[in-house]
Amino acid sequence: MLASSARAIRDDVAAGRVSAVEVCRAYLDRMEAVNGSLNAFNLIDPDRALAQAAGVDRRRAAGEPPGALAGVPVALKDNLCVRGMRTTASSRILERFVPPYDATVVQRIERAGGVIVGKTNCDEFAMGSSNENSAFGPVRTPWAPDRAPGGSSGGSAAAVAAGGVPLSLGSDTGGSIRQPAAFCGVVGLKPTYGRVSRYGLLAFASSLDQIGPITRTAADAALALGVLAGADPADATSSRQPVPDFSAALTGEMSGLRVGVPRAFVAEGVDDGVKRAFDEALDTLRRGGATLVDIELPHAKYAIPVYYLVATAEASSNLARYDGVRYGYRSSRHAEQGLRAMYSRTRDEGFGAEVKRRIMLGTYVLSAGYYDAYYLKAQQVRTLLRRDYEQAFERVDVVATPTSPVPPFRLGEKVADPLQMYLTDVFTVSQPLAGLPAVSIPCGFVGRPERLPVGLQLTGRMFDESTLLRVADAYERMTDWHAATPPLWS
Amino acid sequence: MQYEPVIGLEIHAHLQTRTKIFCGCSTAFGAPPNSQVCPVCLGLPGALPVLNRQAVDCAIKAALTLGCDVQPVSVFARKNYFYPDLPKGYQISQYERPLALGGSLAIAAGGGRRVGLTRIHLEEDAGKSLHEGFADSDRRTYVDYNRSGVPLIEIVTEPDMRSAAEAAEFFARLRDILVWIGVNDGNMEEGSLRCDGNVSVRRAGQQAFGVKAEVKNVNSFRYMQKALDYEIERQIDLLESGGVVVQETRLWDAAAGRTVSMRSKEEAHDYRYFPEPDLPPLAVDAARIERVRATLPELPDARRQRFVAAYGLPEYDAGVLTQSAALADYYERVASEAGNPKAASNWVMGELLRTLNDRGTTIGLVPLAPQALAGLIRLVDAGAISSSIAKDVFAMMYDTGRSADEIVAARGLAQIDDEAALVAIIGDVLAAHGDAVAQVRAGRQATFGFLVGQVMKASGGKANPKLANQLLRREIERSA
Ligand SMILES: [Zn+2]
Repeated sequence: MLASSARAIRDDVAAGRVSAVEVCRAYLDRMEAVNGSLNAFNLIDPDRALAQAAGVDRRRAAGEPPGALAGVPVALKDNLCVRGMRTTASSRILERFVPPYDATVVQRIERAGGVIVGKTNCDEFAMGSSNENSAFGPVRTPWAPDRAPGGSSGGSAAAVAAGGVPLSLGSDTGGSIRQPAAFCGVVGLKPTYGRVSRYGLLAFASSLDQIGPITRTAADAALALGVLAGADPADATSSRQPVPDFSAALTGEMSGLRVGVPRAFVAEGVDDGVKRAFDEALDTLRRGGATLVDIELPHAKYAIPVYYLVATAEASSNLARYDGVRYGYRSSRHAEQGLRAMYSRTRDEGFGAEVKRRIMLGTYVLSAGYYDAYYLKAQQVRTLLRRDYEQAFERVDVVATPTSPVPPFRLGEKVADPLQMYLTDVFTVSQPLAGLPAVSIPCGFVGRPERLPVGLQLTGRMFDESTLLRVADAYERMTDWHAATPPLWS
Repeated sequence: MQYEPVIGLEIHAHLQTRTKIFCGCSTAFGAPPNSQVCPVCLGLPGALPVLNRQAVDCAIKAALTLGCDVQPVSVFARKNYFYPDLPKGYQISQYERPLALGGSLAIAAGGGRRVGLTRIHLEEDAGKSLHEGFADSDRRTYVDYNRSGVPLIEIVTEPDMRSAAEAAEFFARLRDILVWIGVNDGNMEEGSLRCDGNVSVRRAGQQAFGVKAEVKNVNSFRYMQKALDYEIERQIDLLESGGVVVQETRLWDAAAGRTVSMRSKEEAHDYRYFPEPDLPPLAVDAARIERVRATLPELPDARRQRFVAAYGLPEYDAGVLTQSAALADYYERVASEAGNPKAASNWVMGELLRTLNDRGTTIGLVPLAPQALAGLIRLVDAGAISSSIAKDVFAMMYDTGRSADEIVAARGLAQIDDEAALVAIIGDVLAAHGDAVAQVRAGRQATFGFLVGQVMKASGGKANPKLANQLLRREIERSA
């Protein structure tokens, strides 16, 4: 059962071949078993999960429609609010925070019969590319115990890769779903900006953040996106674009597909093994009937600086609410020194180093005298980047790159040099800046004796997740990378 | 040396919407602390703002009334600063692209000069810090977030006022208009209307502006003029004694009767404004502007002029009747139902306003329907009751809610027009007042008035006064 797809579980539960409670028990056992070595979960809530699962079974018995995710265990990145369930963003400052309300995606999952089993570890406030910036310790990729699962949704990706859940949700601001999916050998989809409501997602960078699914197959990503997507009156930036039947788009067909390859962009700084796996993946696409087209994204080289200006600027404002006044951690040291001291002590003690670094950077970016040179300029380049993609999409249907220029790195390897860490985001920051959807799918391995997964990233037109998922699914039908299981699995 | 003060104002006005600007919480004043809050207005992690359309329409209404250009696209921005009553650590406001630009408002001072408006923008209010009134107030501050997220417009004027009196007049007129169009309740004690002043002085004849100080907390008409006058004097004294004015924010201390420095330019916040990524730009199309324009009530000036022209009312009456939109509406309904604008004006300005005043209530709460008052006027006009009886009937109508017809019928108050009945009453009066009759015959007209009064009294006020007059004169002559 633990190797089942979300879809198979749903079908079995809907048909009564297995109960949601049985599914839930099996996965809870698996989670407990793997979490010791992975540290993928910040919280597992068996009581709540089993009660939810029992509700699914009860409704099925009463003849109600089972729902698209009936009985499917779902893990949530710990920056998504669940009423009554501790939500920490892997930060000391929210260590004991319990939201009084549900994120919109939580409501949608539960309405579809999904069973929320717990919260996954992540980089603090989703800031990081290795999951090492968690106040609750790093996550490990199930492929190699001394390596990072990627970030910031590292726990969500590791949990799926290790069979702890068939479906988890992550959030992606500059690659935080796709890069850990690549590092853990699973599928990670960042939907178009506005496709999924952000209500109840602890904001990092509001104009970039999107919630998306991490799964073991493209078909499960399609199933999950169908549940998550759609306008939400509680999120003014959610889109009213109609939501197509993503699962129906999975025809297995890719003949006639035009795949853009930004050769110049992927030429530099890419690990040899990753390059080989990527070229092989392009070959597979061609064999499947796709045409490869060389394209240029002239402004893509500015994506990292632009991203770190925009994202940190927004973050500096978004994280201002964590001030110790109303909820979360409050420093009690030297309370007699007054308000300003309370603010700075609370934030100094409550936030980790990377979060503080980004808050300071973002504060600087928005400061009087620097705003035009940094924030405004970054927004202008963002527009150019968007145009690069628009021009590319006049000639191609999807754009292919590696998800990460490097395979999973060792824990501690890049912590001392934040800039090195930032540079590993090179292929994943331009899509959020342009608002575009992108998916990472397993496309091979590098390294010996360890096998370290490599991800193929496909970027699509605005609101054209259907094409991305169709290509990803067709690619899966031609390969078996997605079926590989990490050593931890057995 | 002669100095000229230069004053600009920044007015914050709560919009009278049912719910807050970015969430569904009530805006009602006076609820128990923190009882009208939700994840959005408490700034809980993950909560997002959604713009209240009613607040936008309200702001457009104010902008149109003040002759501003409502912008087709305006942009919300975050104003970042830390304070416990600001739950998100930023206020959602508008900065580079406000809702409306331009506009003006005339003041009587300086012969109907117009004070220019720079802009009107939408924003949310903060919560309220409670520093006093608790047992542990020496150690703690409590915060009430009921006000957090209440919709505001900020109206910024040009530096067009030249005295504290002009500024006070402008503020009073602005308040009247905002209340008149139903955008604001005008309540300064509850903080729904607040005003800050930017004050500088320059030598008479000088073109360039002097260095300005912002005076905060001038929240009543009385304080406003005092605070601004104080600040003007302070700056002039400073310059006269060879000093310089520094750019700073000063707070009006009402108890001490002076302004005190709050923070210098160097200590001023860098608010790090940037466009609010959680809200799309606010697009206001022409159709929406026209829809709002159609809901605008006639403004006081226009209405006063129309009352003079259409109803033939004296300027004074028209002025009184257009003190508030509610009173003017009431009057117009009485006038049209009664078909006698002048009488309607007399009744509304006389008995009605006096009664409201006596009872300490307002036109909005008056129990007497305009149709009912019109009914009373019609009875008087038809000669069915005398004006003096009508006043008693008015009081009874006000208290009982019954119609004039009912009261007159039930109490037998209808006027006595019957000649025989009146002659009988007159006969009794003449018999009782022989001396007076003799004086009238001797030519004392004043005494005739006395006898008329006696006849009215004997009839219980019901005698048709005109007829009683004629018959009395005839009976006196006849009895001679
Ligand atoms: Zn609220």
